[in-house]
Amino acid sequence: MNFNNIQNLINTLIPSLPSWIVFMSAAIFISFFVINAVVMTGALTVWLERRLLARIQSRLGPNRWGPFGLFTPIADIIKMIGKEDIVPSTADKKIFNLAPIVLLVPVLLVFAVIPMSSNSFLGQLNIGILFIVGVTGFNTLAVFMAAWSSRNKYALFGAMRGVAMLLSYEVPMALSIVSVVLTTNFILNIEGSSLSALSLVGIVEAQRIPFFILQPLGCLIFVTAASAEMSRAPFDMIESESELGAGYHTEYSGIKFAIFQLTEFLAPVATAAIISVMFAGGIRGLSIIPGSISLIAKIFIIVLIFIWIRATWPRLRVDQIMNFAWKFLLPLSLINIFSQAVLLQIFLSSSSISNTELWIIAGINWIIAAVSIFILAKVFGHKGRAKNIPIPSPLANMEFKSE
Amino acid sequence: MPLKTEPVTINLGPQHPSTHGVFRLKVTFDGEQIVDAEPVMGYMHRGTEKLAEERSYVQIVTLTDRLDWVSSMTNNLSYVRTVEKLANIDVPIRAQYLRVICSELQRIASHLIATGFLMQELGTFGGTPLMYCFREREKILDMFEMLCGARVTLSYMRPGGLIQDAPPEFWERLKIFTSEMPGYVDELESLISDNEVVLARTKNVGILSDRVAVDASITGPMLRATGVRWDLRKAHPYEIYNSLHFEVPIGSNGDTFDRYFVRINEIRESIKLINQAVEQIPSGPIRTEIPYFFKPPVGTAFSSVEAPKGELGFYIVSDGGISPYRCHIRSPSFINLTVLKDLLVGASMADLIVIFGSIDVVMGEVDR
Repeated sequence: MNFNNIQNLINTLIPSLPSWIVFMSAAIFISFFVINAVVMTGALTVWLERRLLARIQSRLGPNRWGPFGLFTPIADIIKMIGKEDIVPSTADKKIFNLAPIVLLVPVLLVFAVIPMSSNSFLGQLNIGILFIVGVTGFNTLAVFMAAWSSRNKYALFGAMRGVAMLLSYEVPMALSIVSVVLTTNFILNIEGSSLSALSLVGIVEAQRIPFFILQPLGCLIFVTAASAEMSRAPFDMIESESELGAGYHTEYSGIKFAIFQLTEFLAPVATAAIISVMFAGGIRGLSIIPGSISLIAKIFIIVLIFIWIRATWPRLRVDQIMNFAWKFLLPLSLINIFSQAVLLQIFLSSSSISNTELWIIAGINWIIAAVSIFILAKVFGHKGRAKNIPIPSPLANMEFKSE
Repeated sequence: MPLKTEPVTINLGPQHPSTHGVFRLKVTFDGEQIVDAEPVMGYMHRGTEKLAEERSYVQIVTLTDRLDWVSSMTNNLSYVRTVEKLANIDVPIRAQYLRVICSELQRIASHLIATGFLMQELGTFGGTPLMYCFREREKILDMFEMLCGARVTLSYMRPGGLIQDAPPEFWERLKIFTSEMPGYVDELESLISDNEVVLARTKNVGILSDRVAVDASITGPMLRATGVRWDLRKAHPYEIYNSLHFEVPIGSNGDTFDRYFVRINEIRESIKLINQAVEQIPSGPIRTEIPYFFKPPVGTAFSSVEAPKGELGFYIVSDGGISPYRCHIRSPSFINLTVLKDLLVGASMADLIVIFGSIDVVMGEVDR
């Protein structure tokens, strides 16, 4: 199901409609479908995250309404909508009201271009990956709008950290995307495909072996940078509830707060969708399973990994986060691009391409990844494991009574 | 054109998720750096010391429960020891052993809370270590429930002994607990001590020098983290600590990690202490009866014990009546907080929360 199919369907059902009405009604149908499906997925993720986090922490988690507490998010949403919507009197009201929408819409837009079948909902968008980089960049703006307009110092602190962090992690993320596009371009050119290397369909097409095997370093950088982009643990700087109350959305309540929460839980799904398309082969999988099912399965596996990370890692400090971006991830992503370009030039300059050659590239890339991470970690990481050697103070003149 | 910047003053608390109650901190930030910090205490002042002047000596035990509500046992112990010193009451040996077992259990519970909340403040973690800590603490609270029916505000001790003897199932539960606990401590430590992010956040953060610590009369794990080997259980042994063998763990440079590490090691030492006490405990009475209208002789007494957070002392002035003329409480949380400004200035906002969490204060004890 995609945009063109719906247009054709409307045209065949009612032949004599003006084309703009067909266009509009198809667009409304598609957006209705996508938004509802995505929001329901968000609700499911809320349940999944709370439930799984509880199991990891040896608790029960929500289990009151529905089987396994499955309907708890519905109760949450009803409660949120029922709450009073407070706008602080000192707030900049227009921007304050606009910020949740600016935050939510990019996440929904991402789902519009994810190829759920051989096509995405919006049809063949030949700059899909560029579109994703573009729209996800909006969240920086939305965070800053929310914080600045609500006129709260805690919110401002969250936004200050957030903007610095989000901007710096865009760089390694974009660079890891570049290496994916590079590889796709090479493979598609050799195969003589007409698909654009920037389109997500093209990227899926090029993944004879999934790119997380072909370029592990790029995948690792992308996962790290993306979890910073959606500000999840261990990079949940903009919210950091133990320090800043609620960070950038301190002043929000009611339905607007619900939108922030929804975005927070949708972001892992959207990121997982991008990762599974770019690195895990998208709809490719076992031939007996329909493509969309295998894509959804991949998305949820990656979401589970994100939840697992959240349950076991504490938050970094803001300067450490910036150091990590510029001193660790940026060199790594440059190494990744360079090595990938050189390898492709060596192996794929011929007119044909065999899977053996791809596996050789993958092997070399794994070695490069291991070595470069090891060296950079030696340079920037903690010096050895913390062995706490007790050092008695000279002031320790306590005379123990002999036992 | 240079940008015009100015410091921002933030009111941290009294309503804040990680101020351990109602503590207010006026902090001035230059960007993320703290340039000034002024603690404002007293939001939880309940007049415990004044109330004590209106209560009989036995009734005051219930007031001490509410000082540091995560370690009621040691609060009780410190108070009843002071009254016993004031009135020269002898405590039966079995009661002394039980008191030591209880206060060591309470130390474990308190240190678990401190560690769990420190990790919670270190980042969200989703609350995993906190839940692990709470799971173990529940077992201790269940045992306390067997002893006296209460879980948090225990009032288990009385001047002259204990309220009642431990039931047989308590000993079974204690045996299971002491055999399982070392494994759980190892599990908790493997989750925390080996974590790169925890190390990055706590190593060399909030360093307290031994000289400052001694000058400010810091006590407890916070003092021992600076390397000063000072523990009242060794220095001035009370009850039956003299007959038990244990180490006093110390840290290296007094940073946040050391404070955490000392606590974890003290949990291990406490388990050892409990095991020894359970082996040695004799049978016998658990209470020296005191008259219903208990009137200690005129005089003053000060006595202190090593509470989980530091040296908890009571100073009682008696005028011969049924309630004390004055009851002063030397609470470790309050005195440990006095170095807060020295620790905070120069640190960053994220460190503030971690440093404050590592001091491990309970506001009920700070404001008394």
